[in-house]
Amino acid sequence: MIATAPAPTAVEPREHYLNAGYGVKSWLLTTDHKRIALLYLASITLFFVLGGAFAVLVRLELVTPEGDLMRSETYNKMFAMHGLIMVFFFLIPSIPAVLGNFLLPIMIGARDLAFPRLNLASWYVYTLGGLFTLGAATTGGVDTGWTFYTPYSSTYSNGAVIATAIGVFIVGFSSILTGLNFIVTIHKMRAPGLTWFRLPLFVWAHYATSLVIMLGTPVLTAAILLVGIERMFGIGIFDPALGGDPVLFQHLFWFYSHPAVYIMILPSMGVISELIACFSRKRIFGYNLIAFSSLAIAALGFLVWGHHMFVSGQSVYAGIVFSFLSFFVAIPSAIKVFNWIATLYKGSVSYDTPMLYAMGFIGLFTIGGLTGLFLSTLAIDVHVHDTYFVVAHFHYIMVGGAMMGYLGGIHFWWPKISGRLYPEGWGRFSALVIFVGFNLTFFPQFILGYLGMPRRYHVYPEEFQVLNVMSSAGATILGVGYLIPLIYLVWSMRYGPRAEANPWGAKGLEWETASPPPKENFEQTPVVTEEAYNYARESESDVSKLNRAISSV
Amino acid sequence: MGEGFPLFPEQASTIAEGVDQLYAFLVAVSVFFSVLIFALIFYFAIRYRRRSDLDMPRPIHGSTALEIFWSAVPFVIVMVMFGWGASLYFKNSRPPEGAMDMHVVGKQWMWKIQHPEGRREINELHVPLGRPVRLIMTSEDVIHSFYVPAFRIKMDVLPGRYTTAWFEATKTGKFHLFCAEYCGNEHSRMGGAIHVMEPHAYDLWLSGVEAGESMAEIGERLFHDLRCDTCHRPDGGGRGPTLDDVFGRSVALSGGETVIADEAYLRESILRPRAKRVAGFQPVMPTFQGQVSEEQVMEIIAYIKSLASEGERRLAR
Repeated sequence: MIATAPAPTAVEPREHYLNAGYGVKSWLLTTDHKRIALLYLASITLFFVLGGAFAVLVRLELVTPEGDLMRSETYNKMFAMHGLIMVFFFLIPSIPAVLGNFLLPIMIGARDLAFPRLNLASWYVYTLGGLFTLGAATTGGVDTGWTFYTPYSSTYSNGAVIATAIGVFIVGFSSILTGLNFIVTIHKMRAPGLTWFRLPLFVWAHYATSLVIMLGTPVLTAAILLVGIERMFGIGIFDPALGGDPVLFQHLFWFYSHPAVYIMILPSMGVISELIACFSRKRIFGYNLIAFSSLAIAALGFLVWGHHMFVSGQSVYAGIVFSFLSFFVAIPSAIKVFNWIATLYKGSVSYDTPMLYAMGFIGLFTIGGLTGLFLSTLAIDVHVHDTYFVVAHFHYIMVGGAMMGYLGGIHFWWPKISGRLYPEGWGRFSALVIFVGFNLTFFPQFILGYLGMPRRYHVYPEEFQVLNVMSSAGATILGVGYLIPLIYLVWSMRYGPRAEANPWGAKGLEWETASPPPKENFEQTPVVTEEAYNYARESESDVSKLNRAISSV
Repeated sequence: MGEGFPLFPEQASTIAEGVDQLYAFLVAVSVFFSVLIFALIFYFAIRYRRRSDLDMPRPIHGSTALEIFWSAVPFVIVMVMFGWGASLYFKNSRPPEGAMDMHVVGKQWMWKIQHPEGRREINELHVPLGRPVRLIMTSEDVIHSFYVPAFRIKMDVLPGRYTTAWFEATKTGKFHLFCAEYCGNEHSRMGGAIHVMEPHAYDLWLSGVEAGESMAEIGERLFHDLRCDTCHRPDGGGRGPTLDDVFGRSVALSGGETVIADEAYLRESILRPRAKRVAGFQPVMPTFQGQVSEEQVMEIIAYIKSLASEGERRLAR
């Protein structure tokens, strides 16, 4: 892409969004989308560490078949809090609220999101929801799992269900505000010349994600509200003892929570498209198909919720219809994977940290996607439903997929966000550690699941121990893998070498402005005259690359 | 598959082998595509690695033929998976005729099981080899799930509703019974064992205790004790419909619809008589919700079923 803005490089000290104000107020009352992105980054990192700590305790307990580290009651709270925090307070906001918030306006050449104050409000809403959930965690915890199945959650659980439910209820609104903001911004604030089919695929992915957020989240909000009403006032909605229907809750819950998986994975796919193009220096193969497949996944996501309920007592015929529809999700997913791989063909592939994450993503997402086919296959799902097979599958999608994309994106745009370079060697090393640790943690769980170990088990028969020990060992490696970037990224904020505007030689408007960007993102509104990922074009960035090549010799 | 490091659980039911074959097919497809994709990534990443910072490859916009190819091939493959999986599931969901009924009540955190002959078990189920067994299940509190990995069966057990599952054991021995749906504190201890026995050993086991009443006999006693027989009289002259030979038949309701008198309908009519009232009768029956336990309801139903010798066969049709 070309911008009319002159590259405002290297004249330090120059005013940018980070040094535009230093006080606490300048952060807590900011309406700058970049600062709000950093507020989100800090908050979700906190929640990630917390959710990770719960996971560590879970894996530690499962090293032995007996319940020797904690009581069942405690163990149940550990896995519940792990799921709740990771899903609602880390994965769902992760890429949209941090990278999306930071990059979306810059990528489309806008000064900010359409509603900057709403954007700040969404962070406050998120924080409020988070405080409720943290409050619940510290005052007794909750043991319903992240799924809140009734009538256990509405009648029988002794945990702090209401406080947690309020937290989840509130945090949903923060997603809705972000989604709304993105949709309006993408429609109304694109720079002159930036037509829909010149948009980076990251923007397409966020558009699709925002649609899912807007259409799905209110249903979860309603379902949670109904659980609260039944629990507080004893009004029969889900508990058959009060005249309700427990399976109704599952319909409402999965109507949101299946699409929620796509809220996590679609933005990650958007990141991967950017990374693959940049680090093969090539226009993305099949741009339109990748863009449309995001929308197709978003739409199909609303038609497949019943595949979580094949053994719930749902009718056999409903099961068959939901199974049929679920298989269709495989097609747009396969299209994406093959197009990414085709982009590598005859490219110029480099192995920088973000690219390692991108290639890791494709591999892990492939395994996650293929094992999803097992779960869509009715006769197999009957056996593996609610076992570790499911746990392994969704971790391959949510952690192997969404989390790899998030880390890849954070590394890729870190120079833009912080204005500093991170240590590349440590970056590559930790990417490999994470890849190895991840597979060692979760691959054994597929076998464990087919052998029949149910999920959410505090104690388990002895024959499952070997695989559980492997999984826990892998989790240790994975945990170390996550700590390394946490340390060097924080370190680099102060000690990393300063980054130039476009350290990767990447295309896209965000690379045309300085690192870190000025408060208004661009000195002048950029004008776009070409499609995305036009790497072959002779441009002045080639000259800067030439200079770098010469200086590195 | 080796002894030390198994990849499959034991196959101990008639459906296990079919499920494992389908699973093996999916594993083969998955391994093929995973290897293909990993190999392509590695091959391209190495073959087209950046040799100079000045590399500027030619753009390739895409290829419609390729897009169609790599959409159509996966589509055909997943449709095979769908068809195979759905037909197997459909077949596996139908119990064969003449299955013996076991009555299962789940509660936090135990399985209470009653044999048609009246014998009760907790967290254990003894069954004969080679005879189809149908499980009629309900829960007293939250949702549980009856899971026997060696049989490849799982079915949620819901409060306020009957769900069914069936199996026919093909191997004697002791197999895990798990609760697969998270149900609270002792969820992971809500399990037990299925003991598959040679038929004669099963008969011996069944007669091992003092000859008690069968479920239908207990149900009959309850039917009298609860005074059901004052209205539901065999001659049909009472204030309620006769229950002779009613199981498995289609019943005309007061609203004009019809309903098949299966276990679920009988249960509902005992606990909430006004929900689906038989045409031609007044809503005079009191509710038995809270008066009888789930097990007692099952016993009464067993008695009503015993009044209709052809009932099971009618229902199977």
